[in-house]
Amino acid sequence: MGNSQQSFFGFRRENGRVGVRNHVLILPVDDISNAAVEMVGHNIKGTLSIPHSYGRLQFGADLELFFRTIIGTGRNPNVAAVVVIGIEPGWTQRVVDGIAQTGKPVSGFSIEGEGDLKTVAKASRKAQEYVQWATELQREECPLSDLWISVKCGESDTTSGLGSNPAVGNLMDKLDPLGVHLCFGETSELTGAEQVCANRSSTSEAKEKFLNTWNAYNDFILENKTNDLSESQPTKGNIAGGLTTIEEKAFGNLQKIGKTTNFIDVLEPAEEPTKGPGLYFMDTSSAAAECVTLQAAAGFTVHLFPTGQGNVIGNPIEPVIKLTANPNTAATMSEHIDLDVSGILRREMNLDQAGSELVNITVRTANGRHTCAESLGHREFVLTKLFRSA
Amino acid sequence: METHFIAHDATDTVGVVVVEKVLHYEDITRRIMENDETVTIKALVEVPLGHKLALADIKNDDTIIKYGVDIGRTISKIAVGDHLHVHNVKTKRW
Repeated sequence: MGNSQQSFFGFRRENGRVGVRNHVLILPVDDISNAAVEMVGHNIKGTLSIPHSYGRLQFGADLELFFRTIIGTGRNPNVAAVVVIGIEPGWTQRVVDGIAQTGKPVSGFSIEGEGDLKTVAKASRKAQEYVQWATELQREECPLSDLWISVKCGESDTTSGLGSNPAVGNLMDKLDPLGVHLCFGETSELTGAEQVCANRSSTSEAKEKFLNTWNAYNDFILENKTNDLSESQPTKGNIAGGLTTIEEKAFGNLQKIGKTTNFIDVLEPAEEPTKGPGLYFMDTSSAAAECVTLQAAAGFTVHLFPTGQGNVIGNPIEPVIKLTANPNTAATMSEHIDLDVSGILRREMNLDQAGSELVNITVRTANGRHTCAESLGHREFVLTKLFRSA
Repeated sequence: METHFIAHDATDTVGVVVVEKVLHYEDITRRIMENDETVTIKALVEVPLGHKLALADIKNDDTIIKYGVDIGRTISKIAVGDHLHVHNVKTKRW
């Protein structure tokens, strides 16, 4: 067995990517297929159904984002096989075809002309076959460069900027040179720090792409706002924790990308990175579940979530590791916190030690250890919607 | 010596309380993250964990520096050792 800091044990998929979980997913194409999906999930133990609220009458860029997110979720290497259920065969097949490109087993079922019960019977038989196949797959030793790690913070306070976010940044500075894929997002929450962030790009193209993305989001906020967004950005929880302005929150947020790691490209929401290992910025909302859902759909397999006041989020397919530097949160919400780095505030732990402990818990999670959020059943799957449906 | 509050950068005009709370008129010690220098000031009010204290007298409509950068503006004057939050500091954005 290799050194736990150099390698991990994961499921190597048909396309070469490595998963850290082995889910058989029951995936609805649309809101009205949720009932059938949940029936299949109930029938066949060991499956994971992820109902959601959309998939009807969307169009244009909003529809493209919808398909990218649903197909990307099925493509994620944490998923071994997928049963897709939709109301009609056309869009169901589009989702199946997108997932099938990875080479993993996937089958689609449509409800029109059959009804829920017949569809559920057929889909359940396929789900049972997939679970029995997937449960025989074995983990194998893989280099750390097979990890794809996304980050996003939530219910932040000033301890996030002092401790938990810089600990994530230290992990990035340690893992970026090893060829790990890394991803941060939260476009709106970089407001005030956007120029400093732009200068952390590795190319002028990436810098320009980032500034265009941030400007577009900021214009949208200015167009729709009715006040200075206090209570939304920063949130009431942020303010209770001592954060005063969006600028203060943004500089705390940016600690997550460390001191030496630069981003190599800017991704659309849920877009799979194609420029190889390194740090990517993804254009996302700063709402936790929306952001993590988009990062998981882009293929990221382990998520790091620093929190101050105590966000409880999880994701159905991407394990979410939570860390905090707030000693009160570590004490009062311990069932949600995978790593306590509050020692940074007491000068008992430095950032290098915190970063090493975070690498260690990340590898243990990749090897199969369930996170707090997984053990508590947190499966927040939240689609980002760009505009009204037709 | 216990660290009561921490400033990120030597140029910061605010520090963050890192103990449960600091008390009215308590002499408190700060540490600067970058160079580990320590300084003692007097807290003017009780301030809870995570909240900010002014490290200098700050004028009305002045810029607040944290992380060595601009994080907003004051809407009243603030004395050294006073609590600094949404009641006396606002964003320059949005």
